Amino acid sequence: MLKKSFFGLSRSQIEYELLPARLPEPDRVVPSNKVTLFHTKNGNQNAPASLQVGDKVKTGQKISLFADDPAYVTSSVTGTISSISPYSGDFGKTYNAIAIKIDENEVLDDQFKKQIQSPDLTGLIDYLSFLPGNPQLSALSDPETKIHTIVIMGADSDLLIGTNQAIVKSRLDAVQKGIGILRDVTGIEKIILITAGESMQGYGHIGAQVKNIDTAYPAALPHMIMKNVLGEVVPAGKTCTDMGVCFLTAEATAAIGNAFSEEQIPVRKILTLVTKDGKQRLIETAIGTPIRDILDTYGVSINEEDRIIFGGPMAGSAVYSLDHPVLPDTDGIVVIDRSDAAYASDYPCINCGDCVRVCPTRIQVHMLVRFLEAGQYEEAADNYDLHSCIECGLCSFVCVSKIPIFQYIRLAKYELERAEASEAMDTMETTEGAEATDA
Amino acid sequence: MLEQKKLIVSHAPFWHNGSRVTHRNYHTMLATLPAVLAGIYYYGIPVFGVVCLSVATAMLWELAINLVAKQPVTIGDGNAALIGLLIAMLFPATMPWWAVITGTFIAVVIGKQIFGGIGSNAFNPVALAVAIMMISWKDFFNFDGMLLNYDFDFAAVYPLAAAKHFGSGSLETLGLKDLLMGRQIGGLGATFGLGLIIGGIYLMLRGFIRWEISLTFLAGVYITALLFNLIDPERFISPGIHILSGYTLIGAFFLATEDSSSPVNTMPMLIYGIAGGIMTVLIRNIGAYIDGVILAILVINLVNPLLDKIRPQALGKVV
Repeated sequence: MLKKSFFGLSRSQIEYELLPARLPEPDRVVPSNKVTLFHTKNGNQNAPASLQVGDKVKTGQKISLFADDPAYVTSSVTGTISSISPYSGDFGKTYNAIAIKIDENEVLDDQFKKQIQSPDLTGLIDYLSFLPGNPQLSALSDPETKIHTIVIMGADSDLLIGTNQAIVKSRLDAVQKGIGILRDVTGIEKIILITAGESMQGYGHIGAQVKNIDTAYPAALPHMIMKNVLGEVVPAGKTCTDMGVCFLTAEATAAIGNAFSEEQIPVRKILTLVTKDGKQRLIETAIGTPIRDILDTYGVSINEEDRIIFGGPMAGSAVYSLDHPVLPDTDGIVVIDRSDAAYASDYPCINCGDCVRVCPTRIQVHMLVRFLEAGQYEEAADNYDLHSCIECGLCSFVCVSKIPIFQYIRLAKYELERAEASEAMDTMETTEGAEATDA
Repeated sequence: MLEQKKLIVSHAPFWHNGSRVTHRNYHTMLATLPAVLAGIYYYGIPVFGVVCLSVATAMLWELAINLVAKQPVTIGDGNAALIGLLIAMLFPATMPWWAVITGTFIAVVIGKQIFGGIGSNAFNPVALAVAIMMISWKDFFNFDGMLLNYDFDFAAVYPLAAAKHFGSGSLETLGLKDLLMGRQIGGLGATFGLGLIIGGIYLMLRGFIRWEISLTFLAGVYITALLFNLIDPERFISPGIHILSGYTLIGAFFLATEDSSSPVNTMPMLIYGIAGGIMTVLIRNIGAYIDGVILAILVINLVNPLLDKIRPQALGKVV
């Protein structure tokens, strides 16, 4: 764990770790007997009839549970569906967890090969949305947000994680092909590849502008890239997509490239495994592999009260079960021993101002947190810039009182979103009611 | 899954830089030690008694409030002990025991706990307590009178009182080096300038106090005192004496910088510090009181919430 430096005169900087120029190939980890895929679920959709327990699926087969919903998953193995059960994720997100028992013989699905003769955007959205790296391809075709720039993230946003850096270093050809395909299907000329702290040499042929970013956290967060690289500040409460910029990971770009050169949907995710001793390993495994299998492969023993984190140590999320599967956007798995993990406290803010000095967006965190602690989310948003937060987690990291500031901020944003949604629903009902009376 | 290990789920970030409220308080106490030890050297064992009684009773008052209010016990964070130590440093060595206990009561109970405990106090508890006591028992802060029975090997004079009553001429023999080494009369932990400066520099380097506040406070004192001195050198003492006597150094490094009652943004910190310095000299030179540091700090504590409204615009703020 990083500690405060002895001298505290200036603001401390946390550096991203940069990978060496030459990397070993990622280790292959094979799921032992089953994988689980999370299919997004909207509201109260009933369990579908289109697919049932006991059905056989092939590697790369598209599994769509609901006929009227574009969401789908891509099977990463060949096998039999053993269960479909509801699953609740963070912040009220709901999924259908599809467990697939693996057969011995792998059969590759050829639907993608048959359907896609030449790449086009609809085809990409129809078949490649569940690629490793979780590309948000549907944003590219959304007529309301006119995307004019695609940013390929060859740097990882969180600390300790080196997944996308490794992709840029070792699979540059695939990234290049992916960039070509994206340019062809979207017609967007401005494509920028972000790299972390390295020389620009060797990227001339890639077909995209290459921009190097600072190596101090949180320079690789999308909002910081918008500000520092593109020179546009995202207004509070807006997303980068609203600004017409689409962020894709280097891994997703490489996967798009590979999908067409190998005529098969890539189903294996590269991720960085950080074990308790701090050792980082690059591994490659099927999407849906339970973390238990990965940890068993490396003999990582898990004790009671340890923490397993998906993503990095600053902005990742902890999981509660060893059966949790690797998701398409899981760039890293960090195992933290119970003695090393940070605990939050309910101590009051002492107004030291460390959070204010460390905040990359200059939010008055010490005031904000007082409103958030009291549950006054609207005042926090109106007067103390709640929506300017880019969710880097530095305020909680430096907090002397160990207040879970970042958690308060996420909770406040979530609650405000919910309140807005229910308000919109109410208005809709009232208008409908009024129309009914008029009639 | 028969053996399911229980993992802890918590929110990001999963790292912490290891800073603690206790570290801040204990390191601040550590930084006061040179000055307190010098106090024991000059004034003898009574100093030890006052300091111990003060620290102990401050912690006991805090414990009492914790128990009465059915709150978790917070004396372990060192803040009550720090308040006790700092208030003792402002007292003369011969402070009666009941006055020490009253002082820590005012500081901990009225100055801090009534406002809601650590972090919620609008005023520096120590400054508030000393201000109330200075007005209630003027004689206890008449250092010349309180230390009458001591036999010093240096000129036993409280520089600020002498300057107030007899003009700058009375301090002509006083060397700045003597002041720096603590060869003057004053609060038991406030006279050893060198020790306070060393402690202050340590705290600034470690980031436990903000240099913006301390240095501008001293600059405010120096510049204002210099202007007065230039206008009327007969009546107003030189800025060097202002800096090294009375509560100036302890105020700049240990009182004005108290977290809860000081601003956090750069510009407000600079204004806060310089305003404190100017107020100090104004009260000393043309006010009714001998030392203005305590009252000046209360005044800047009062304007702190307003000052902290001067803040940088957040990224992407929609006006």
